[in-house]
Amino acid sequence: MTAIDLKNLDISYGDTKVVHGVDLAIAEGESFALVGESGSGKSTILRAIAGLAPDWTGSISVLGQKRSHHVDRAVSRQVQMVFQDPYGSLHPRKTIDATLSEPLAIHGIGNRGERVEAVLRQVGLDQRFRFRFPHQLSGGQRQRVAIARALMLEPKVLLLDEPTSALDVSVQAEILNLLKRLRREQNLTFLLVTHNLPVVSFLCDRLAVMRQGRIVEVADVAQLKAGRLSEPYSQELLAATAG
Amino acid sequence: MTSPLLEVENLRVSFPTHSGRVEVVKGLSFTLGRERLGIVGESGSGKSMTGRSILKLIRKPGEVTADTLRFDGIDILDQSEKQMRAVRGARISMVMQDPKFSLNPVMTVGEQIAEALVTHQKLGRREVQQRILDMLHAVRINDPERVAKLYPHEVSGGMGQRIMIAMMLIPEPELLIADEPTSALDVSVQAQVLDIIDDLVTRKGMGLILISHDLALVSRYCDRILVMNAGRVVEECAAGQLEQAQHPYTRGLLAAMPVIDETRDELPVLDRTQWAGT
Repeated sequence: MTAIDLKNLDISYGDTKVVHGVDLAIAEGESFALVGESGSGKSTILRAIAGLAPDWTGSISVLGQKRSHHVDRAVSRQVQMVFQDPYGSLHPRKTIDATLSEPLAIHGIGNRGERVEAVLRQVGLDQRFRFRFPHQLSGGQRQRVAIARALMLEPKVLLLDEPTSALDVSVQAEILNLLKRLRREQNLTFLLVTHNLPVVSFLCDRLAVMRQGRIVEVADVAQLKAGRLSEPYSQELLAATAG
Repeated sequence: MTSPLLEVENLRVSFPTHSGRVEVVKGLSFTLGRERLGIVGESGSGKSMTGRSILKLIRKPGEVTADTLRFDGIDILDQSEKQMRAVRGARISMVMQDPKFSLNPVMTVGEQIAEALVTHQKLGRREVQQRILDMLHAVRINDPERVAKLYPHEVSGGMGQRIMIAMMLIPEPELLIADEPTSALDVSVQAQVLDIIDDLVTRKGMGLILISHDLALVSRYCDRILVMNAGRVVEECAAGQLEQAQHPYTRGLLAAMPVIDETRDELPVLDRTQWAGT
């Protein structure tokens, strides 16, 4: 089954159209990357799927169900998003426990204490972090909390918006390993936005190269590894990475 | 060319905390000629503090001490604030990380670049204008006349960074310190900006200190590399020999980076406890 199906998707912010006619089908269990430079519309696609950019036309289907334009609880159960900056995406005045319990409260799920304990174990955080505040944690630990929050509702699909670009290389390695393990253990589907091609090579199966709101090329990660991307713009990106 | 441009010996930077003074740079020594030096390290390794202490930009209660901190024969630690102002910008300048926060939002690009120039030199208005346009051209901005009239919010990140570089290079300094000059930029723009810095540095025979957390990038644009961890230099090597680095920390950093033709199933992770004591 396709986890995410986008058909002829146009997304606008006010009068400005930022994504033009995107068609994309991502299979369940697949790890797919959107790459491209800032302003190419890659994050906007994630936001539209998550319901944060409601001004779109075309169709977005998640696990076979067409998505409505507003925030939709049924979709939230299945699709969760992890944001780029772990310093900005956690509520500074809520403890980790409160942050992780909130989605459970919204969706009326019980047994919260045990679920929080379990998810902290999954993301490799010690239980002593449970009642701390975000400012008492390092960047890598915060990103683990952000991933844990996304996993609370046991979603099938994770939308990852540059999950490691605010982190040091060694911490990035830890988070990438964690994401890879979680995907294997829970059979998650990833849709990852990044401009770091080596990260795509490590974590993903396929990628789409975007430019100015359009997809210019969809390729297999094997093609990326071999440096055999066909579009000139993709080659440019590849050259910038390899130097 | 006999005496080095910059001599640093036993540089220490410390800040007070509730539990006594904490040293963030612990006895750093290096010399720099007219060459390109890279300082690499992770957050908190003290690399930015090193750059700032060379310009005497560390404010109280921070404290800088050194056996030697000499730039072209001038003892930096002995200079008054007034004397430092003649050095900063004119002879040593610094490119900061994020153009969004480092440009003045209420001045046009042209005015800001002019300010950097006329602070240090007396020049006629027409000549200043010409120098600005030449400099914008040198950092590969296509229509300098238009860009000089724009405000910082009207330009992109990559262009903002090029404007900063123009501003820093227009007084023709002898040493340029670039502190993470590209970490706020896209990969495709990063290379362009570094190529511009590299080109200007080589052409004018300036010294360059490139501070970054990106090993690959530093090894591409520098002659020599210092690897810092927890306030100390753990390894010094020629840029070309980075692959043969010996220290476990450097090796750990190199291994933790995914590569474009990645085949590893899991990335090796630094064992932080190993360096916790240092």
